Amino acid sequence: MAESSKSSSNEIVLDVAALCKNFGGLSAVKDFDLTINKGELAGLIGPNGAGKTTAFNLITGIYAPTSGNITFRGDSLTGLSPFEITKLGIARTFQNIRLFPSLTVLDNVRIAYHAHAGYGLMDAFLHTPKYQVKEKELTERAQEFLAVFNLHTRQGEIAKNLPYGEQRRLEIARALAANPYLLLLDEPAAGMNPNEIASLMDLIHFIRDRFDLTILLIEHQMRVVMGICEHITVMDFGEVIAHGNPDEIQNNQRVVEAYLGRGSAELVKKLSKERTNVA
Amino acid sequence: MMKKLDRSTVGFWTVAILFVVLVQVLISTGILSNFWSTLLKLGAVMAIVSLGLNLIYGFNGQFSLGQFGFYAIGAYASADVTYRWVQLHTANGLVVLTMAVTLVGLALLLFSNLLGRIRGLDTLSSFGLYLIGVIAAAYAAIKLSQPLIAPVTNLLASMPENVALNVVFFIAVLISGILAAEISYLFGLPVLTLGSDYFGIATLGFTIIVKVLLDNSDTIMGFEEMKGARGMVGIPKVTTWIWVAVALLIVIAIVRNLLHSSHGRALISVREDEIAAKAMGIDVAQQKIFTFVLGSLFAGIAGALYAHINGFLHPNTFNFIKAFDPMIVVVFGGLGGVTGNVFAAFAWALILEGFLRIWLPQGFETWRFVVYPILLLLMMLLRPSGIFGSFEVPFIKRALPPLPASLTGESTNAQNGAKGG
Repeated sequence: MAESSKSSSNEIVLDVAALCKNFGGLSAVKDFDLTINKGELAGLIGPNGAGKTTAFNLITGIYAPTSGNITFRGDSLTGLSPFEITKLGIARTFQNIRLFPSLTVLDNVRIAYHAHAGYGLMDAFLHTPKYQVKEKELTERAQEFLAVFNLHTRQGEIAKNLPYGEQRRLEIARALAANPYLLLLDEPAAGMNPNEIASLMDLIHFIRDRFDLTILLIEHQMRVVMGICEHITVMDFGEVIAHGNPDEIQNNQRVVEAYLGRGSAELVKKLSKERTNVA
Repeated sequence: MMKKLDRSTVGFWTVAILFVVLVQVLISTGILSNFWSTLLKLGAVMAIVSLGLNLIYGFNGQFSLGQFGFYAIGAYASADVTYRWVQLHTANGLVVLTMAVTLVGLALLLFSNLLGRIRGLDTLSSFGLYLIGVIAAAYAAIKLSQPLIAPVTNLLASMPENVALNVVFFIAVLISGILAAEISYLFGLPVLTLGSDYFGIATLGFTIIVKVLLDNSDTIMGFEEMKGARGMVGIPKVTTWIWVAVALLIVIAIVRNLLHSSHGRALISVREDEIAAKAMGIDVAQQKIFTFVLGSLFAGIAGALYAHINGFLHPNTFNFIKAFDPMIVVVFGGLGGVTGNVFAAFAWALILEGFLRIWLPQGFETWRFVVYPILLLLMMLLRPSGIFGSFEVPFIKRALPPLPASLTGESTNAQNGAKGG
């Protein structure tokens, strides 16, 4: 299929096999398979209610799967809590932004460094020299990190007072501060205008190259997905209906049906045949 | 730690120590009557309890009404220890409780280490295992401490009377605080998995259980000297202004230092957004337990100090209506604010029991329970964020660290590349 499109090493970062999640009688995700190689920018798309966010929540441990396996760089994620999964190297953003609303921009990022703070509770209670050194180090690291996202001048701002686009940027920055290997973005372009979307797409490319990341993103806006993803998985009614690169997906009959309804595929085919005949 | 003392730190400690010394001088010279010095002590004790609750509710976001339960545990446990020393001339309370607190603490540590390795153990089973461990440790403590009682009693008896009493009191305050903390750990394990409102109800239940047990302390629990619902008398009045003031300053310093650290930010992040905190690699359950235990430790210590102010304890002091007092102080002073919290605690003690008694005409003293709710109402309408709002003295305020020199200049290439608009 589309393996040829990826030139970097073939280490498998995330391998999801036969993942199922039932909510009572409703099967939200059924036999979900997904393989992501290192350095890939993969997309997960599908109509509303297809189970994309559920799949994300299963990968990040917010829900426990009914059955199936998730392997991250060789370690099974089954049964781990979300914070343990984050420590292994998977960070995420949320569909509806979830910052720490009444904390400053700087503190939002510094919280992501907590796991690597490097000093214990006693150091915190007594403000020992070790605390002084590590805390200063941590703060400077966070500030330099904010500078990468051009948010350092706003470090003292309360997060909920930031404009929407900057909140998104801060959320991505915070996720990256947790030092992930794999970054999951849940509808990063939701609620953005075309200008903001363009700069978001630049940002995603930039962070992948700069932080040597593998990225999986959920998106509704075809423009974003087709524009930046190298490998796309399409879901409908909890099942994977197609895998492939953007071109293959655009011409896939089941995908078109899922988005536009049954029968539309023939129409699309006829239209495109006519177009080629004319050409 | 002492290398770089900035102005706010020096200023805070200077003012605090001057205030403590000034009050002590006024008490010693008799300018402040016994009535007012008792109120100041009560204010300081309330400040410690409510700071503990502020950590749990204001900073960690867990609505708890259990604070007075731990306060009561601290009060009665320490009172029993000092009562036995003063009235019965034996250190058995001190020795047994110290041993119990140590062994139970070790058992809790051991169990949390062991059970932490088992995946998928549900809360109630692990709680049951903890309970078995704790009961075994407590039983072992009672047995093991018997041979130590006589030597410790003799050792203490050989000291001057006053010194011995203060030593017993000091240790009693510490171990009562730790006892309250250990009980809160056990109680918190299953209950902190509940959502915030349900947690509030469960902790209210805890306060009621403690009160009922204290009502029957002489019959069900077998502590005859506690005299159940008749109230415990004969507790030595050893809590001086200096004791409570020093305890309060230590608690303020600990809270402040914690909040300025990464651990403090982690516990605040739980209040802000639990799911986001988890996604940032923060162990939310651990943060909740930690905050709850720390808050209860403060409550236990405050309770122990309180018990030795008047030398009299009654279960009604700890009933569930009173359990709202620290909550009122916390909201009054501003949720998640330390300065306002301490100020509100003193104001609560001085106004409710002090000024209102003086200002209201004779025969109308009980009307202070009408005036006080009206004051609360007005306060909530006019300043819902608390008297001090988000104001903090510079020492406690979480200052914004300045940007490092490398970032204050021109922006780097990277950001220009990162950001189009």
